[in-house]
Amino acid sequence: MAEPKAEPKPEPKTKYDRQLRIWGEQGQSALEKASICLLNCGPTGSETLKNLVLGGIGSITVVDGSKVENGDLGNNFMVSESNLGQPKAKCVCAFLQELNDAVKAKFIEEHPVTLIDTNPSFFSQFTVVIATQLVEASMVKLDRICRDANVMLIFARSYGLSGFVRISVKEHTVIESKPDHFLDDLRLNNPWPELKKFTESIDLDTSDPVAHKHTPYILILVKMANDWAKAHNGKLPSTREEKREFKELIKAKTIAPDEDNYKEAIEASFKVFAPQGISSSNLKRILDDPCSEVDSCSSDFWVMVAALKEFIANEGGGEAPLEGSIPDMTSSTEIYINLQKLYQAKAEADFIIVGQRVRDILKKIGRDPLSISNDLIKSFCKNARKLTVCRYKSIEEEFNSPILPEMQKYLSDEEYSVAVGFYILLRAVDRFSANYNAFPGQFDGAMDEEISRLKTTAVSLLTDLGCNGSPLPEDLINEMCRYGAAELHAVAAYIGGVASQEVIKLITRQFVPMSGTFIFNGIDHKSQLLSL
Amino acid sequence: MADAGAHQSSRSRDLDKLLLRPGHLVGPAFEPGTELRDDIQEYARILVVGAGGLGCELLKDLALSGFRNLEVIDMDRIEVSNLNRQFLFRLEDVGKPKAEVAAKRVMERVSGVNIVPHFCRIEDKLDEFYSDFMIIVLGLDSIEARSYINEVACSFLEYDSNGNPREETMKPMVDGGTEGFKGHARVILPGITPCFQCTIWLFPPQVKYPLCTLAETPRTAPHCIEYAHLIKWDEVHSGKTFDPDNPQHMQWVYSEALKRAALFSIPGVTYTLTQGVVKNIIPAIASTNAIISAACALETLKIASGCSKTLSNYLTYNGVEGLHTKVTEFVRDKECLMCGPGIFMELETSDTLKMLMDKLGDEPQLLMSGVSVKHGGKTLYMQAPPELEAMTRSNLSISLFKLMEESPKGILHVTGTAGKPGKRQSCSTKLRVAFKGVAGIKDTDMAGGA
Ligand SMILES: [Zn+2]
Repeated sequence: MAEPKAEPKPEPKTKYDRQLRIWGEQGQSALEKASICLLNCGPTGSETLKNLVLGGIGSITVVDGSKVENGDLGNNFMVSESNLGQPKAKCVCAFLQELNDAVKAKFIEEHPVTLIDTNPSFFSQFTVVIATQLVEASMVKLDRICRDANVMLIFARSYGLSGFVRISVKEHTVIESKPDHFLDDLRLNNPWPELKKFTESIDLDTSDPVAHKHTPYILILVKMANDWAKAHNGKLPSTREEKREFKELIKAKTIAPDEDNYKEAIEASFKVFAPQGISSSNLKRILDDPCSEVDSCSSDFWVMVAALKEFIANEGGGEAPLEGSIPDMTSSTEIYINLQKLYQAKAEADFIIVGQRVRDILKKIGRDPLSISNDLIKSFCKNARKLTVCRYKSIEEEFNSPILPEMQKYLSDEEYSVAVGFYILLRAVDRFSANYNAFPGQFDGAMDEEISRLKTTAVSLLTDLGCNGSPLPEDLINEMCRYGAAELHAVAAYIGGVASQEVIKLITRQFVPMSGTFIFNGIDHKSQLLSL
Repeated sequence: MADAGAHQSSRSRDLDKLLLRPGHLVGPAFEPGTELRDDIQEYARILVVGAGGLGCELLKDLALSGFRNLEVIDMDRIEVSNLNRQFLFRLEDVGKPKAEVAAKRVMERVSGVNIVPHFCRIEDKLDEFYSDFMIIVLGLDSIEARSYINEVACSFLEYDSNGNPREETMKPMVDGGTEGFKGHARVILPGITPCFQCTIWLFPPQVKYPLCTLAETPRTAPHCIEYAHLIKWDEVHSGKTFDPDNPQHMQWVYSEALKRAALFSIPGVTYTLTQGVVKNIIPAIASTNAIISAACALETLKIASGCSKTLSNYLTYNGVEGLHTKVTEFVRDKECLMCGPGIFMELETSDTLKMLMDKLGDEPQLLMSGVSVKHGGKTLYMQAPPELEAMTRSNLSISLFKLMEESPKGILHVTGTAGKPGKRQSCSTKLRVAFKGVAGIKDTDMAGGA
């Protein structure tokens, strides 16, 4: 083998090094291609955008019709004293541009509500629309517009010590969900012929103590699972007693106290007990999804799911394509590297079959058989067990007919009572402002009257939703009036942080975005996700 | 409507709602009013430890949460790889001290706020420096630095004769930490909620590869990198220490790791991975830092004002798979030597400092050796550095009673190595001493003693 040459590397993207380690070049390139529209650039919106601009988002368009006033200086870092009286969108945009000159930044001085009403087609040019501090009526309208235009939408709002973040996308599919903990795909109890053969070629009971303590646990467990099945009518350990016995058998194989490989085998023995085939209910649901019956309009994701389904039913023998990687484990270098190659080869073989099936399906539905790249198919195969599909209800549907049993459950559950209280009250304040032209407690004065008006509004909202007789805590109603629609910087920074993190997940199509509505509880931080 | 208040609206328009109005879900000591707001502006002094990803956000958040007297301490200089999240820094700032640039940028944008930067190590400051602040907010990425600040803050804590922490000696800390899409924020009220030491187990031990794996049976790319870094470097460069910030050193490790990987047919060695493994780089992004810092700033405001309940006492945020937040109420370790009442010891007025140190070695709870002793802000004896040892050596033969200004009782802070053989580790504890036969000692003063 020729000696490898270390190429000197003044890396072009040192600036993004710490995030490239999370989402890689592909994720970064997706961010750099994305265009974002921000509605309202108060602190919640500005902070959301700041986090994306720092990360190198492609372009931003800031939409806001207001002028910078004194109050803004107290809660928004993107405006300063010299900006007083100037268009807020312009000032915020200028500051954001300063943070990263690779980002194309522009602004539109217009009230978002006007834009939503008069120019709905405006939104179709964006990858994501981030709508902050919008009231209910505008949220519903904007949601309809973005759904029709297939533009991803995220709502964020800060209100006193409360707030929410809500994603609204018809469907979001994720191949690289990158979960923290996931059972690795080793096929210990269901080895394919090559792995079986390789296992048989290694003598577990070798008298060479060095070889004995460097036999990787994969081989130990494949062999012992096979032996067990032979002695038990083809069955694997399933009862607690059998599992204990299986571990004892492993222990009995140890010939020296320092054999880490046998300790690892005992710790990993649960991987032998795991059921064969597709065990993730998540994947089962995807395979059973009506979208897996594909036609010419199906997305690449669903075409690949259709191919995956065929693979599992045929060549896979009930298993998904092999992931192809193995964790580090005590082993001699040689055996470990050979095992690694064995797993890779099987994964490659599975990928080739799935790839052929993808091309066949594409041909069948009248699309170019090469329209899905091999890289994508490979990644899909590698992540087949981790595929994720997120669907979000329309805002209109949630607002008009939330899932009642869930709502009742939250209202009566102490863990959720503050969060659901905020959820109701955040909607009630919008009704309130529609009736009284200001939010409760927005201006100083008659607080008691505001409290009782807000209470009445909240009760009637609950009645409209069909939740009669579920009173909200008085203290929380009181609290909401105290907030008086204040947009506190720290709360806005939190909400903006959450929103930007979710936007990154949506754009990179990596990791799993949040589901439902995130309700921020700034009183004691017992925030919750509500699925309504 | 919207324009009506344009000229009148005050800068504290939003914050006033929280600080000036009474509420039901607030802290016990909350006294809403303009006086509270003005006091926070004028008298609340907050220290931000760290001017990195969290520190930059914290300074901004605190400056926009009504605080006007901030200080920030950080020994680092700005690097290019900071720019994806440390939003107060620009490309042209690379190489400048973080604390100074961060302080300047926030003062430029938020008028009225004063931020004093300290470009130095946290250990360079005397304890008095830290005792001056109302609250210490931590934006750090190392356990060692957290432990150090924790030790300092806990050393201020005194207990009354009933064994209850004295509130006026309590130095609250608010701490944040992030890694990728995950983070935590916590509130530490020493003596009430657990300190770092109480929950030190929360930090998982760092990954270390056995040397025999590196030397004999490498299997993965990190094994090859660590071989080059930990074994090969010393073999080739006798005496020269490896500097992770020197690109030539890093390049050398990378090329050696590549050679080793080729020798064993191990895939995956890249320059990026080499840096990651050698420098133990923790991935970091702006959004997570923003979330965690905001939570910390909000808690700082609550502690200072009582305007809401406080986080009790540990928040975790995880955005990897969906979004999960969780609040856990950890409990104090009653035996904690750092934040507990410490150890009680009764001495003769004639006992010398040296005799006290010998007693610490015999004390079954401690078995402490290599002892250094402080009283108040004064060092009575220090093991290292040699200059300090020489300067304080003469105290060893002086009676402790004299060294403590002849007060009948008092608190000492001792550090050293303690514990049973095999389990010995560095330890710092409070020592409550009382002198026999001196007026002013009542039995109750012994409460909570050893
Ligand atoms: Zn403690």
